[in-house]
Amino acid sequence: MTILTERVAHGKTTTVIVPGDAPTTPEVRRSVGVIRRTDMYSLVGSAAASIALTTWLFTQLRVFQGALGFVAVAFLLFLSIYSAVVRFDETDLAVRDRIVAVLVHAVAFVLPLVLVIVVVYTFGRGTDALSHLNFFTHDMSQTGPLDPITSGGIIHAAVGTLIMITMALAISIPLGIASAVFLSEFPGRFSRLVRTVVEAMTALPSIVAGLFVYATIILTLGFERSGFAASLAITVMMLPIIIRSADVVLRLVPGNLKEASLALGSTKWRTVWSVTLPTARSGLTTAVILGTARGIGETSPVLLTAGLTTYLNVNPFSGPMVSLPLATFSFVKSPEPSMISRGFGSAAVLMVLVLVLFLVARLIGGRGPGVLTERQRKRRTTQSRQDAYRFRARELGIAGPGTSRRRERRGRAHTAEPERSAS
Amino acid sequence: MGGPQLSSPGATDADALVRSVALDVPRSLRSRARRSDLAFRAGTQGASTIVLVIMTLVGLFLLLQGFKALSAAGLSFFTTQAWEPNSGTFGIAAVLPGTIFIAITAITVAVPLATGTALYISEYAPRRLKQLLITVVDLMAAIPSVVYGLWGLFLLQPNILPFSQWIATYFSWMPVFAVTGFSPSDPLASPTIFTASTFIAGLVVAMMVSPITCSIMREVFTQAPLGEREGALALGATRWGMIRRVVLPFGRGGMIGGTMLGLGRALGETIAVYLIISPVFNIQPQILQKGANSISALIALRYSEASPFEISGLMAAGLALFVMTLIVNFGASTIISRSRSGASSEG
Repeated sequence: MTILTERVAHGKTTTVIVPGDAPTTPEVRRSVGVIRRTDMYSLVGSAAASIALTTWLFTQLRVFQGALGFVAVAFLLFLSIYSAVVRFDETDLAVRDRIVAVLVHAVAFVLPLVLVIVVVYTFGRGTDALSHLNFFTHDMSQTGPLDPITSGGIIHAAVGTLIMITMALAISIPLGIASAVFLSEFPGRFSRLVRTVVEAMTALPSIVAGLFVYATIILTLGFERSGFAASLAITVMMLPIIIRSADVVLRLVPGNLKEASLALGSTKWRTVWSVTLPTARSGLTTAVILGTARGIGETSPVLLTAGLTTYLNVNPFSGPMVSLPLATFSFVKSPEPSMISRGFGSAAVLMVLVLVLFLVARLIGGRGPGVLTERQRKRRTTQSRQDAYRFRARELGIAGPGTSRRRERRGRAHTAEPERSAS
Repeated sequence: MGGPQLSSPGATDADALVRSVALDVPRSLRSRARRSDLAFRAGTQGASTIVLVIMTLVGLFLLLQGFKALSAAGLSFFTTQAWEPNSGTFGIAAVLPGTIFIAITAITVAVPLATGTALYISEYAPRRLKQLLITVVDLMAAIPSVVYGLWGLFLLQPNILPFSQWIATYFSWMPVFAVTGFSPSDPLASPTIFTASTFIAGLVVAMMVSPITCSIMREVFTQAPLGEREGALALGATRWGMIRRVVLPFGRGGMIGGTMLGLGRALGETIAVYLIISPVFNIQPQILQKGANSISALIALRYSEASPFEISGLMAAGLALFVMTLIVNFGASTIISRSRSGASSEG
C-alpha cells in the first residue's frame, strides 16, 4: 500500500490510499469506442483494393460498362475483399457483423442520395425557366408551344394552387378538427363508426377521389370544371388524413390535465377550448400543414376536375383553373425543350412551396403536447402572477391593476384560481 | 340534494341517527349538461356526421355507378383484358395484374431499402445524424408525386436502360426477366425495348413508398426494449446478433405493417406511373419489357373522352382498386396497432 496523494481543501487533509505500486505515469483514460485502428486499416485497404480491381476490369478487360455498373461491381468486390481481410483475425460471428454493418451503411446512403438527386436535378433543369422574371409574372395565354422561354409563365398555376388549397383548407380545417375533437371527447358507438370509416378512407386512392367529384359534381349535377370542383376533390382526399392525425394528437393530451379542468368545475366545452386544444396546438398545426403539403402536391384529383387552361383565372366558380402540379404534368407532356424546362421550373416552385410548409411544420411540431417555448412560458408565468395578484386584491376589497370588465369575466371563467390563492 | 334531516322536535339523538342512516341513500351523480356543452356536442357531432356522410357517399357512389357497368359485364369484368366499353368488351383482367406487378416491383425494392435505412437510423447512426436522417426521410414522403415522375422519366429511365439490358442478358432464363424480341448477341439491338416498363415505374414508386415504410419501421425498431438489447450485448452478442435476436423479432409487426402500408400507397399511385408507362391491355408479367398498365393510369388516361357508360366502367375499376387498398390498409393498421404496447398517456 502506498500513499498516493494528499489533497488540501478547506483546511482538511484527504489521504487517498491506493493498493499496489504507485504508477509512474498519470492514468490514461481507456477508450471504450468500438473503432480500432486495425478496423480502419482493413476498411481503407479493402476499399482501395476493390476500386483498383474494378478499374482494371473496366479499362483493361472491358467486361462491364457504365457508371452504375462500376459502383455495383466495386461494391461487390469490396464486400468480398473486406470479409476476407476481416476473417484473418476475427471469428465468423464478427465477420458477419461487419458485413451487415457495411450493407446497412450502404443502404442508408441511398434514400438521402435520391432526395438530393431529385431536388438538385429538378432545380438544375428548372434554372432555365426560373432565371427569367416573366416566368413568375405571366400566364401562358400569349405563348405558343414553340415560343422561347422568355415568354409566358406560371402565374396562373401558382394562383390556381393558392386558391384551391385555401378553399380546401377552409372546408377541411373546421370539419376535420371538429370531428377529431368529437372522436376523442365523446367516445361511443357513433364515434367508433366515424373513426372506422375515416380510417378506411385514408386508403382512398387520390384518383378515385377525383373520379368521384368528376362523376357527381360535373357529370351528374352539370357544373363545369372549375377550381371549386378541384378543391372539393382535394378536400375529400385531405379530410381523412387531417382527421386521423389530429385524432392521434388529441389522444396524446394528458388525461389528468383534462380531468383537473373538469374537477375544478369547468364545462366540457371550456375544457376542450382552454385545455385540450391549446395543449395539442403544435401537433394539430403539424397535422394540418402536412395534410396541406399532400393536398398541394396531388395531381390526379385536379387533373380530373379542374380542367386545363392557359389563362389566369381568379374565379374558382367558373371556368377551368390549373394548379402547379397539373401545369407541370401538362408541360412535360410536350416534346418542346422550352415547355419541358417550364415544367421543371413549375415543379421547382411547387417543391419550394412543399419544403417551406414542411420546415414550418417541423419548427412548430418539434415539441410534444403541452411543451412551451421560452417566450410562451414567460407569458404564462406573468399572466398567472397577475391573476394571483388580482384575486388577492379582490379578497382584500381593493381594486387591483387592470380590473376591467373583460378581465373580470375571464377571471370568473378560470374557476380554478381563487381556491389556490386562498390556500 | 337528498341530505338527511338530522333533527326534528321531540326525538332523541339515537332516533335521529337511525332515521338519518335510513334516509342516507346514494346521491344521484347524474349531471345535467349545460347549454354550452349541449351546443358543443351537437356542433362536433354535426361535423363528424357531415364527414361520415361525405365519406359514405364516396363509397356508395362508387358502388352505385360501378354497378351499372358491373351488371352489364357480369363476371367477364374480371376475365376480360381489353378495355372497349362502348363495344361491350371490357374488364380489369389486364390492368389489375398490371397494378399488382408495379406494386410488387416497388415493394421488392423498397423493403430492403427501408429496412436498411430504418436499422441505420435506429441502431448505427450518431445522434446528430439521426435527427437529420429522420427529417430527410419525412421530407421524401412529402415530395409531390409529379416531381418523382419527372425524375423517373427524364433522369432515371435513360440511365437505368443498361442495367435493364444487363439483367435481360444474364437472367432471361427467369420468365419474369425475359424480354421478347431481345437477343444479347445482336449489337444493333435498340435499348428502347426496355423503356416505359413495369420495372422503371416500379423503381420510381419504390422511391415514393420507401420513406413511409421506413418511418414506421424506425418507430418500431426504436421501441425495442433497452433491457433486452443490453442483455444481448452483455452476453457477448455482436451488434448484428443483437439486432437479429432482439430488434427484428420485436419489430416484426411494424415491419409487416409498414410494408403493407407502402403497398397500399404503391397500388394507388397515379401520376408517376402514368408519366412513365406506355399502356398495354394484356397481362404483361415480363417486367423489363416495354409496356405496362395500372388501374389508376387507366382512369387518368380514359376519363376525358369517356361516354357515361365508360365512366361507369372506370368507376367499377376504381372500386376494385379501392377495395384492394382498403384490405391492405386495414391489415396494415391492425398489424401495426397489435405490435405496439397500448400505453396510455398520463402526463
